[in-house]
Amino acid sequence: MIAPGSKAPDFSLRDQEGKLISLRDLEGRTSVLVFYPLDFSPGCTDQLNIYQEVLEDFEAQGATLYGVSVDSAFCHKAFQEREGLTIPLLADFEPKGEVARAYGMYIDERGHNERGFVVIGPDLVVKHVHKSPTPLEIPGANLIFDALAA
Amino acid sequence: MSGDAEGSRLSSAPPPPPDEGDHVRGKGAIVVIEYGDYECPYCARVDRMLAELPVRRVFRHFPVTSKHPRARVLAAAGEAAASQGRFWEMHDSLFGDQGHLDDPHLWRRARELELDLDRFEADRRSAAAMERIQRDFRSGIRAGVTTTPTLFVEGERFVGVPDAALLGRLGG
Repeated sequence: MIAPGSKAPDFSLRDQEGKLISLRDLEGRTSVLVFYPLDFSPGCTDQLNIYQEVLEDFEAQGATLYGVSVDSAFCHKAFQEREGLTIPLLADFEPKGEVARAYGMYIDERGHNERGFVVIGPDLVVKHVHKSPTPLEIPGANLIFDALAA
Repeated sequence: MSGDAEGSRLSSAPPPPPDEGDHVRGKGAIVVIEYGDYECPYCARVDRMLAELPVRRVFRHFPVTSKHPRARVLAAAGEAAASQGRFWEMHDSLFGDQGHLDDPHLWRRARELELDLDRFEADRRSAAAMERIQRDFRSGIRAGVTTTPTLFVEGERFVGVPDAALLGRLGG
C-alpha cells in the first residue's frame, strides 16, 4: 500500500465519456480516488450511491471524488446511468488494474480492486489511504469526511 | 445544507440516543435503532421481524434516492402522517405493501388512515419534513451507515437482515 506523504502515483485513465483524466488534472484541489471491485455488483452500488447522496458535502469540503475500477468506459457509462450517479468513473481497463496496483488496491487472485479510498492533496501528495479489511466491507462516507478534516 | 456550521459536518459520530424527535415504539430493555428506507424490501422484512420481538424500536429515515427514487417522497409521507399523530400507521402501511408507492396510492393510504388530505399534501412537501428526514439521514452517514437496513443495538452495528444470534439476543 502507498504511504501518506508519498507522491501520488501518476495515471492517465478514461472516464465514462472516454475523456482522459490524468494525475496532473488533479493539481490544485483535493481529490479522492474511490477504489471499488466492479460496476453493477451489489456492494459497489451501495458504496457509490451513498457517496452520491452527500456529494454536495464533499464539494463543500473542496473535494472531488473519482471512482476507479477495472471496468471499461462503456460499462462505467451504463452503470452511472442506471444508478443515477454523477461521480466520474475511471476505467483502469488496459493494462487491467495497472493504476490500482500502483496504489496498492488490486487483488491479483480475484482480478479486481480492493474497496478503499485515497485522498490526494492539491500538491499531488497522498494525504490518506483507507483499505477495507475485506471487499465486502464498504467504507462509510464518514471515513472520507474524517480523512478530509484531518 | 452544507458548510462548516456545527452539526452539518459528516465526520464520524455514534448514532444519537433516542430523543423526543424520534419515532419510538414497543417496550423492552433493549433499544434497537433502525435506519431504513420504505422502498427497500429487506427493510420491510426486518421491520416485520422486529415487530415480533420484545424490544424498544426507533425508526430513522435513510433514503438512498439514487437507488430508490421514491424513498425520500415516502419518508416525507411518513412525516406528514406523523404531524397528524399517525406515523406508525403510515409506516406499517408502506412496509405492508411496497407494490403501490405512487402519489395516488399515498392519497389512498392517507384516506384509509382518516388523515386530513389537504394537510397531508402540504406537510409532505414542507421544509420541516425534509429537515426531519435529513436529520435522520445525516446521523446515519456519521454513524457509518452504508446500506439499509442497518440496526444499532447497544452501540453495535448490524447490517442487513438479523441472523439467529442477533435475534436470540433480542429475545426472539
